[in-house]
Order: sequence, then C-alpha cells, then structure tokens
Amino acid sequence: MERDLTHIALFAALVAILGLVPQITLAAGVPITAQSLGIMLCGTVLGAKRGALAVLLFLALVAAGLPLLSGGRGGIGVFAGPSVGYLVGFPVAAFVAGWIMERTTLPAGLAAGAASVIGGIAVLYAFGIPGMAIMLDKTMPEAAMLGMAFLPGDILKAVLAGFVTQGIARMRPGSLLSRA
Amino acid sequence: MLTLTSPVETPLHRLPAGAKLAALALFTLILFRLSTPLPLAGAAALVAALHLPWERTFATHAARMLRPLWPFVLVVALWHLWTRDLNGGAVILLRMVTAVAAANLVTMTTRLSDMLAVFEALARPLSPILPPRRLALAFALVIRFIPTLSDRMALLAEAFRARSPRQPGWRLAVPATLAALDGADQAAEALRARGGTD
Repeated sequence: MERDLTHIALFAALVAILGLVPQITLAAGVPITAQSLGIMLCGTVLGAKRGALAVLLFLALVAAGLPLLSGGRGGIGVFAGPSVGYLVGFPVAAFVAGWIMERTTLPAGLAAGAASVIGGIAVLYAFGIPGMAIMLDKTMPEAAMLGMAFLPGDILKAVLAGFVTQGIARMRPGSLLSRA
Repeated sequence: MLTLTSPVETPLHRLPAGAKLAALALFTLILFRLSTPLPLAGAAALVAALHLPWERTFATHAARMLRPLWPFVLVVALWHLWTRDLNGGAVILLRMVTAVAAANLVTMTTRLSDMLAVFEALARPLSPILPPRRLALAFALVIRFIPTLSDRMALLAEAFRARSPRQPGWRLAVPATLAALDGADQAAEALRARGGTD
C-alpha cells in the first residue's frame, strides 16, 4: 500500500522534473521537452493503474497552482487553453501505455517503445488534436496540421522511453511494476 | 517551490477558494455560449478590469501567464485574415484569451493550500476508495520530492560534466528514473516504519 502511494507520488514528481529540463528547439522552431517522456514512463514503468494515477496527481497539482507544465505553465488557466485536450489525454495515454506493457510478453524495451508510440503518441493525439479543433474552432485536418509539428520529437521520446524502461528492467527488475 | 499565486495581496485573495472556482465555472460556461464579438469583448473587459485596481506588478504577472497563448493567437489571427473571416477570428480569440485569463486570475488570487483543500473536499465522495488522508499525503509527497529529485538531477548532471565535455541531455533519463524508483522505495519504508498511510 505504502509502496503504491510513494511510487505514484515520486513519478508525479518525475513528470514535473522532466518538464523543467530546458527545452530543446527543433529545426522548425518547435520546442520539445521531456515532459511527455515522463508520461510515457509512468505507464511503462508503473503500469496502467498506478501510471494513470501518477499523472492525475501531477495534473491536480498543476491545477492547484504549481507551474509544473513544460515552459513553467500551470494553474487552472491551462485547462481553459487550446492544449487542454493533451492534458485530458495525459492520464489516458499513461493508462494505455501501461496496459499494453502489462499485456505483452515482448522484451521490456521493445514493449515499452511500442506502448509509448500507441499510448503516448496515438492516444494522446486522439485527445489533443480534437481539443485544439474545438478550442480554436478549426476542422480536424487543420488542427492535425498544427499537432503534427510535435510528431518527430514525440517519436524520439517514445524510443527513449523504450531504452529507459529497458535500463530499469535490467538494473531494477523488481521495480518494473508494470511487469511485476 | 514557487507557486503561481500573486504576492500582491488583493481583496480577491480573501474570497473563499470554492466560491471563486464556482464563479469561474459559471463564467466559463457563459463564455462558451456567447458567439458574437461584442458580448465577448465585454466579458474580456470585465476580466481585465479585475486586474487593474491593484499594484501594477499584478497585471504584468497576469500578462506573463498569458504568454504561452501567443503562438495560438498568431496562427488563428493569420488564418482568419487569410480566409477574411474576421468576425469568427475575433470570437475565437476573445473567448480563448478571456477564459484563460479568468482562470489565471483565480489561480493568482488563491493560495496553493486553499486550492488543495478544495480538491480534497471534492474528493470526499471517493473516500471509500481514496481515503482523504492518503490524498493529502500524496500531495505533500510530490511537493516535497520535486526539489529533492531536482537536486539529485543537478548532481547527476554535474557528475556527468566532470567526466565528459558533452552535455548530459537525454543520458540523465535513466538515472533520473532510477532516482525516482529508489526514492519511492525509501519513502515507502519510512512510512511503514511510522505506522503506514492511514
């Protein structure tokens, strides 16, 4: 019981820390941060339920007024802005990534990479893009065009999530709760 | 850790957090019902007026919090100039900026602890599956561990730079995750030794 709670809390903190890591700006001027890597890791390391709870805990603290979203954003305002779909999608993304991780018997790194692509990219975009379409009153394809700017960075992060999870599986097999 | 609450004390700070959140919910609901520029401009003026009677730093703080919206404002403005639908563009932009500014105003005038108390009260119906004390402990743990993990990351980065001329960058992802996992195990042990969570 205590172990579940502390893992959820520590990974909520990890998502926050990864958002503070300075942004790298890709060639097209699109900032990428490691925050969505944190979301992916919540799922692939903690599993579906704990991963989603860690992300929800993180979002609750953001809403409460801590500037923990990448770029120092936070407060209730971020839930009224055009990126709200991504925020709603965050816990679902972690849940789906964790669920896939729990269900497959592939090697941890490969499973985590695939889980991150499906959960952390496909599912996340399925929330984020309609969110932008609604908030900016644009059609789906128009919103998708805006969202696609982040795709190269997110693919990079999914690959990285695979490597990190593989590293955990090797160094702390008992801590890979998604496979415990 | 810094919160987004404004250090400039306004009378709005003294209103109960729950009431401000309820008012914000109602205001946002109305905003999304309005579909012509004029009433939306009125709503925007109302929110702006709530920023002005106080010290000037309050308004500049608020303006800074709106900065992440500018790329979207730019894209939408250019789009609507291109399609010559200025009315539609004005509605979208006024609604978006006003909704975010109003929500930011609530954040700026409410202390973190008051906001968390509202969340804990809202979560009370879930108490059979989520005991209130465990939720409060979870909030406290995250707030405590963000600076701890952050220091740990800084140490790891320095150790890396001592060994290599390159920037650590993504190479810190594995040790950072390990630090989180180890921290979680140690905190769990410490909690158990003190009688558990509930």
